[in-house]
Amino acid sequence: MAQSNTQHHQSGATPAGNRPSEGWDEWFDRHSRTFFIAPAVTFILIFAIVPTFYSIVFALSRVKFSPDGLQFRFVWFQNFLKQFVGNEQTHFLGRLEGLSAFAWLFNIIVIAAVLYWLYRSVRNGASWVGMVGRLISAAMAIAISLLLGATLLSGNPWGTLLTTLFYVVVGCALQFVIGTGLAFLCSQPISGKNFFRVIFFIPLMITPLGVGYAFKMILDITKGPFQPFWEFIGLRDWAWSTDAWAARWFVVIGDSWQWIPFIFICMLAALENVPKDHVEAAQVDGASSVQIFRDIIWPQIVPVAATVILIRMIEAFKIVDLPNIMTSGGPGIATESMSLHSFFIWRANDYGMSAAVAYMLLLVTVVVCASFFNYVVLKQLRSSHA
Amino acid sequence: MSFRKVLTAALVAGTALCGTTFAASAGEFDGVTVNILTRPGPVIAGKLAERGKEFEKATGAKIVVSEVPFAEIFQKIQTDWTTGTNSIDVGVFAAGWGVELASAGLLEDLSPYVAKDAKLNPDDIAPYFREFGQKIGGKTMLLMVDGDFQMVYYRKDILDKNGLTAPKTWDDYLAIAKKIHGSDMNGDGQADYGSCIFKKRNAQSYFAIQTMAAGLIQTQGTAQGFHFDNATMKPIIKNDAWKKAFEMYKETGKYGPPEELNMDIGDTRGLFKAGRCGILIEWGDPGPMSIEKDAGAIKDKLYAVSGLGWKEVLDRKTGKLVPVTKENAPSSVDGINYAPFAAFGGWAGAVNGKADAKKKAASYAFLSYMNQAAQSNIDVTIGWTGYNAYRISQLKDTTPWVAAGFSKEAAENYLGAINGALANPNMASDFKIPGAQSYSGVVLDRELARYLAGEITVDEALANIEAGWEEITEDFGRDNQIKAQGLALGTGK
Repeated sequence: MAQSNTQHHQSGATPAGNRPSEGWDEWFDRHSRTFFIAPAVTFILIFAIVPTFYSIVFALSRVKFSPDGLQFRFVWFQNFLKQFVGNEQTHFLGRLEGLSAFAWLFNIIVIAAVLYWLYRSVRNGASWVGMVGRLISAAMAIAISLLLGATLLSGNPWGTLLTTLFYVVVGCALQFVIGTGLAFLCSQPISGKNFFRVIFFIPLMITPLGVGYAFKMILDITKGPFQPFWEFIGLRDWAWSTDAWAARWFVVIGDSWQWIPFIFICMLAALENVPKDHVEAAQVDGASSVQIFRDIIWPQIVPVAATVILIRMIEAFKIVDLPNIMTSGGPGIATESMSLHSFFIWRANDYGMSAAVAYMLLLVTVVVCASFFNYVVLKQLRSSHA
Repeated sequence: MSFRKVLTAALVAGTALCGTTFAASAGEFDGVTVNILTRPGPVIAGKLAERGKEFEKATGAKIVVSEVPFAEIFQKIQTDWTTGTNSIDVGVFAAGWGVELASAGLLEDLSPYVAKDAKLNPDDIAPYFREFGQKIGGKTMLLMVDGDFQMVYYRKDILDKNGLTAPKTWDDYLAIAKKIHGSDMNGDGQADYGSCIFKKRNAQSYFAIQTMAAGLIQTQGTAQGFHFDNATMKPIIKNDAWKKAFEMYKETGKYGPPEELNMDIGDTRGLFKAGRCGILIEWGDPGPMSIEKDAGAIKDKLYAVSGLGWKEVLDRKTGKLVPVTKENAPSSVDGINYAPFAAFGGWAGAVNGKADAKKKAASYAFLSYMNQAAQSNIDVTIGWTGYNAYRISQLKDTTPWVAAGFSKEAAENYLGAINGALANPNMASDFKIPGAQSYSGVVLDRELARYLAGEITVDEALANIEAGWEEITEDFGRDNQIKAQGLALGTGK
């Protein structure tokens, strides 16, 4: 770099600054990187960052319509607090009454585990910045476990926050296991694997709206294509859409059908990058298929796996189309995600509350995904580079 | 059949030749474009576009109909008119939404236009729609294109077969549903459903529950209302009346399709057109729908009653139910209190108050054209338009209905049911105040859905609704809401 700068200066007859035109050239060269990225940065600022910050104004206000435009009444964090107390509490968090003994035990175990993890971090000499991050992650983990204890483990219905986490955790886990399994099969020397690769990839190209309607029709017990099957197994009068858990699982199944191909294609690429000679050497040494996968293949694909899960989690937090089309958030609020929660409020023209719910979603997404990135993805990346 | 077609064609042609009358004269609006926003699909929007072409030929005004999903109409119009975008000249939406827009000063007062309009004949519009649908604070702010209230329909052939008579009360509804549930109603050998109600969340379920509850609570006429104490805007929800309505609404599910909780109105319409429902709650549409080609199973078999009533009503002081008397329910008939619920209130057109004068004139002229008997009396007989009767002349004569395909008896029953509801001074009004969508479509709908799904008890649901309604009222300002409620129910100025 120093050499190229020298060459550049040598090409001029007089030192920079003596001739205005050359000065401009140099100044432009020096700032060329800025000029090149400026349009993109401006674009992002205008269309992404500014609306994001503008929406904070909505989240902190009650918004009314008048002939003179939107009227904002600043209410500080009232829109956020409403999610935790009063009428909206059960909608967002669920019903928090009558903690069961099992819930107490579960919460004590989780809190103890989290505190031990923090203690170990201190002993291992984590930086103060790292400790702040860990404290935030720990607080989120404890809050979620308390919520799980108060709702699921105490027999109470849960709200949109836990429904969203259910879609994220269960959906991503299911998609990862099946997607990786299919990728592993297609990475084997089997006939017709190219055909399967294309077939497995197709669902990803369908719009979520289409997937929602397709699943709604397929799963229609009274008129759908599986109606004879439901009748045959004695479920003629059972409707998945009226059962909270069945409805949640069917939304997860629809979501998984669409997103397994994403995991599949990423993991297939990772699997095909595993050097063949490592596998062959293990085979020569007499390693079993399980041992080869566990000790040779898995360590090499785990950084990709962690990254894929992270990307998928970020996407899963935003789930809105499928529950909206398949169940409209019902039965009750059993399948309503936070995005859908925000959308329903927005549709009733309550922009402030809608923005507040959207920011809560952003907060949960950032903390969960950043925690996953720091404690899983980075760990795997570091160990793979070591 | 061919005679009917000829008669229909003659009526349409006659209308085109003689009855096609415009408030405006030909060429008066050359170069003016009127942008209309409404719901998607042929229902409502289709006929606006069709009539728009006729109107353009006659007056020169170009009618552009834009469609957005139902749930976004109000939000889009309100945003367009409050932010000064003003890309929409006419909104065609629920008549009940007009109060919120009018109280924000966004609507053009159509009274001066109506006064000069020789073709509109407002006296022919049924009193409820004229006084409560079109007027706000005594001024005409909207023009109806459709009249909506919920009725109960039943399969006359099935009831006759089972020795049952037409229902009069909600208890009758339940008894009929229970008795005929599981019988084959369309001859396909499959067990069919006693009752069909669209109970899906975030759809129309909150209308049906109000249809059931209104007669238990409102006894003194439309101006009384049945959601709030109008003087204080305190909710009238945590009482035995709403509790009974909620419980009965849930009980109908025992005699309905297994997926009823996930059924939108399109789903239940599919079922009753296929002849699979014995009794149901609906708007006026099933009448014209029953003569459509794909509804052979119910043609001339689906009968209507203007609304069902209750033998008990709410004592507002104690929150308990008491037997109906002439004193506590002056409009009651044979000890039964009826309060037909004007669910949604019908589709109506409103003109943007900030549009320029020429556009306002053209917009009004087009809405008037849609509303005039010459056009609307034909449109309401066609099922796919989504338009239901709202003019007295549409309900007097069965000829156009018979010409459209009804039997004389079915037409008389259908029109009789509508007439019965519109003549009732105790007709119940939908939410019309600011935040109407939040009161009903968010809070009432959500808590009802949670109760139906078994997440909460009926007492919890009613307590949550009360708390939710109070929060909305406080948010919009109690005094403002009291004033708006007065405008909505015709008691304020």
